[in-house]
Amino acid sequence: MTERNRELFALIPAALLVTAGFAAVFVQRDDVLTNASLTYGGLFLGLCFVAHLIVRMTLPHADPYLFPLVATLACLGLVILYRLDEDFAREQAQWFVVGLIVFAATIISLRKDVRVLERYRYVIATAGILLLLLPRVPGIGQQVNGAYLGIGIGPISFQPAELSKIAIVIFLASYLRDTREVLVQGTHKIFGIPLPPLKHLGPLLVVWGAAMVLLVFIRDLGSSLMFFGGFLALVYVATNRASYAIIGFGLFAAGTWFFARTVGHVQDRVDAWLHPFSDQLYDAQGGSYQIAQSIFAQGDGGLLGRGFGEAIIQLPGGGQLLPAAHTDLIYAVIVNELGLVGACGVLLVYLLIVERGFRIATLATDSFSKLLATGLTAVFALQVFVIVGGVTKLIPLTGVTLPFISYGGSSIVANFILLALLLLVSDRARREVLEPR
Amino acid sequence: MNQPIARLFAIVLLLFAALVAFTSRWSVFDAQALRDNPKNRRALIEELRVKRGTIRAADGTLLARSEAAGAGTYRRRYTEAASLLPQVIGFSDIDLGRAGIERSRNDELSGNAGALDDIVDQLKGGVEKGDDVRLSIDLDAQRAALAGLNGRKGSVVAIEPATGRVRAMVSVPGYDPQSLLTSARRKALDTDPNAPLLNRATQAGYPPGSTFKVVTATAAIDSGRFEPSSVVNGDSPKVISGVPMANSGNKSFGDIDLTTALTFSVNTVWAQVAEKLGKGTMAEYMRKFGFNADPPMDYPDGQMLPSGEYRNGALLPPTSRFVDVGRMGIGQDKLRVTPLQMAMVASAVANGGELMKPTLTQSIVDPDGRVADRVEPQRDRRVMSERTASQLTEMMTNVVREGTGTAAALQGIDVAGKTGTAEIVRDQDINQPWFIGFAPASSPKIAVAVTIERSQGGQGGTEAAPIAKQVMESLLK
Repeated sequence: MTERNRELFALIPAALLVTAGFAAVFVQRDDVLTNASLTYGGLFLGLCFVAHLIVRMTLPHADPYLFPLVATLACLGLVILYRLDEDFAREQAQWFVVGLIVFAATIISLRKDVRVLERYRYVIATAGILLLLLPRVPGIGQQVNGAYLGIGIGPISFQPAELSKIAIVIFLASYLRDTREVLVQGTHKIFGIPLPPLKHLGPLLVVWGAAMVLLVFIRDLGSSLMFFGGFLALVYVATNRASYAIIGFGLFAAGTWFFARTVGHVQDRVDAWLHPFSDQLYDAQGGSYQIAQSIFAQGDGGLLGRGFGEAIIQLPGGGQLLPAAHTDLIYAVIVNELGLVGACGVLLVYLLIVERGFRIATLATDSFSKLLATGLTAVFALQVFVIVGGVTKLIPLTGVTLPFISYGGSSIVANFILLALLLLVSDRARREVLEPR
Repeated sequence: MNQPIARLFAIVLLLFAALVAFTSRWSVFDAQALRDNPKNRRALIEELRVKRGTIRAADGTLLARSEAAGAGTYRRRYTEAASLLPQVIGFSDIDLGRAGIERSRNDELSGNAGALDDIVDQLKGGVEKGDDVRLSIDLDAQRAALAGLNGRKGSVVAIEPATGRVRAMVSVPGYDPQSLLTSARRKALDTDPNAPLLNRATQAGYPPGSTFKVVTATAAIDSGRFEPSSVVNGDSPKVISGVPMANSGNKSFGDIDLTTALTFSVNTVWAQVAEKLGKGTMAEYMRKFGFNADPPMDYPDGQMLPSGEYRNGALLPPTSRFVDVGRMGIGQDKLRVTPLQMAMVASAVANGGELMKPTLTQSIVDPDGRVADRVEPQRDRRVMSERTASQLTEMMTNVVREGTGTAAALQGIDVAGKTGTAEIVRDQDINQPWFIGFAPASSPKIAVAVTIERSQGGQGGTEAAPIAKQVMESLLK
């Protein structure tokens, strides 16, 4: 069976999931199965099929499992959003159309060679940094739950960090491809620790500084962990020196510890994380109410969950019991309705995507492609870790999205670009294996 | 570069394992604690969507029901008859929480009792309904007790000795349970110095006075150390634990047997008996009667007070060195007992020495009208031999026939009983009158305990015994 037919067949579980999920929500609502309501499902499957055709035509050798895995997550996300609010699902479906257009555009424009991106690395890096800082620009910046992650222009609000994570990975992959040799070879030992020459250590420290800026100005520990973690993963893979990663992580931990103790709003978030049920923090504005409700919702889920549409999200008089159920806390809704078993299933799908991503990196033959696939996969895995870890109180809760499931246009568009880049790398790598030049 | 990529994947695996671990922690391991966290309002919100079962009296009179409150939620309604036993019913409210039967029978009332039913209900869709609770309380007996107390603070408990069913449980002052659900009225009730929300039958610890001599007599006879005919000197005063003790009116009785000593409630005799028995034997029989523990009744633990000796608000074992066993033997010292506990004492003697677990619930009826649970009588333990019980019945019958308890006598029916008058403020003559007893003495159908709080000059025989008579009359009809 060819890759593309495998991909087509692998879409069947996603199709079944979306059908079963919508049916469950309808049954719970005592609703009749109307044509209008079923169109979401049908439309969505149509979109998946279109995306499959695009890949079939442009990247015949690309990894066949990535897209069906993503489609499975997207289906689940759509069903949960539909269950929370029909409007969310409708808007999300519209964003999927936009996401697929960008997906197709990315693939078509880069299908000859993804390495053309290296030429624009400084432009991309600058754009990435500017995007990150946009939420602090007065007038368009938005503060949500104490963090500056979004911008609003008219009716459209956008989380630029989603896009800049890709930009920064592209830049780092390209930068490290050039300097990895120097970083490895030019080391001298200080107290037994191998260190690269100072002039090459510089950029490393700059990125660390950028992460700290993120922490303090964007006020989001999760995003900075995601960026810096992705960076360390790239440095480690580029140099094969665990010591760099460990030193880097130590610097990050020290910085976080310092700012958590000195900067008020960072401290508040850490306090809410440590003592979610303290009376004072629970009632405070931007306090621990959100994380406490997240944990309560998960406790309500149990092993098998309450079932689609059965969890209590709204208060009887209107108003939210579980805040940000469609964005930050969507994982808590999953645990509540599908239980530990369902949540593990979702995590497994993410893990499979990560596994495919790293496999693509392993197969890639040139350093840039390898580093690009590694960086994108690492950032993707870290994003899942940061938000799920936040929702489960493993780390302080932050406002990044759960990729392909959370409501949010920028997240969908950015993650479709990420998917397109991975497929581009994969197609090239597998083609070279099949047709050695 | 492939080896570090593989290691990177291993790190991701570890991170995801941590995610699974934390998800398990909340959703499975800590789930119960999270459900019980007072900040978690899920259970209360869910309950609003359940049509709670009704609560009815023994004769079927409706006491509490749920009515639709819009948007698929329900609220509680208490009928006028519920004012006869507000503390027994308690309340169920999203802000107040729950108390009384509404709390102790919450699983049944909210339909949580049968997991299988839940699944069937879910498949059928429709409204979730709780089971109905039928109490064993007789409303006529409640009315008789309330009429007898006539607004005086106090409590009456009546138990069916053979089954443990509570037929009357009155605590005065009471309140209208429906009005409790409005916040202004609730505040007023909460801060009322007369404590209407307190169930005096189960929560108030009063000095039992001479009614406690029934416990001492049980220990004396059942331990084989004394017979009803054993003779003890009843002169007054006598030195007990180094301090002189007097009989009522400082009357000296000379050498008398225990039957006479109970009939005329001779303090010095029973104090000497208790001293001879010692703390160990007294403790053993108190434990058998249920002292020093929450009564085994279907009522919230937080609303039941264990009876026994108290020092600085803490329960003492009867063997403690702080206990004056002679004075304890006549119901003085530091004894604090609930009316329910004294009704259990009378009930155990009445039931041939066997104590039944008191229950407020007669049956549970499911929404389709089938009896889901009949609440069968349950034996608590044997307190004394049948022989001791019949000897005590004889002695207690004498109390009502010719002693201090004649006011409890019923036309044509032998009543067994014991009066008590605990002095609360001696120089102002403020007393705690008591009567415990049962009838008919030959084959007991009902056991009662009656007490009145801070009665001005009231005696057990004159104040409490007539109320017991009215309640027993009502239940023996």
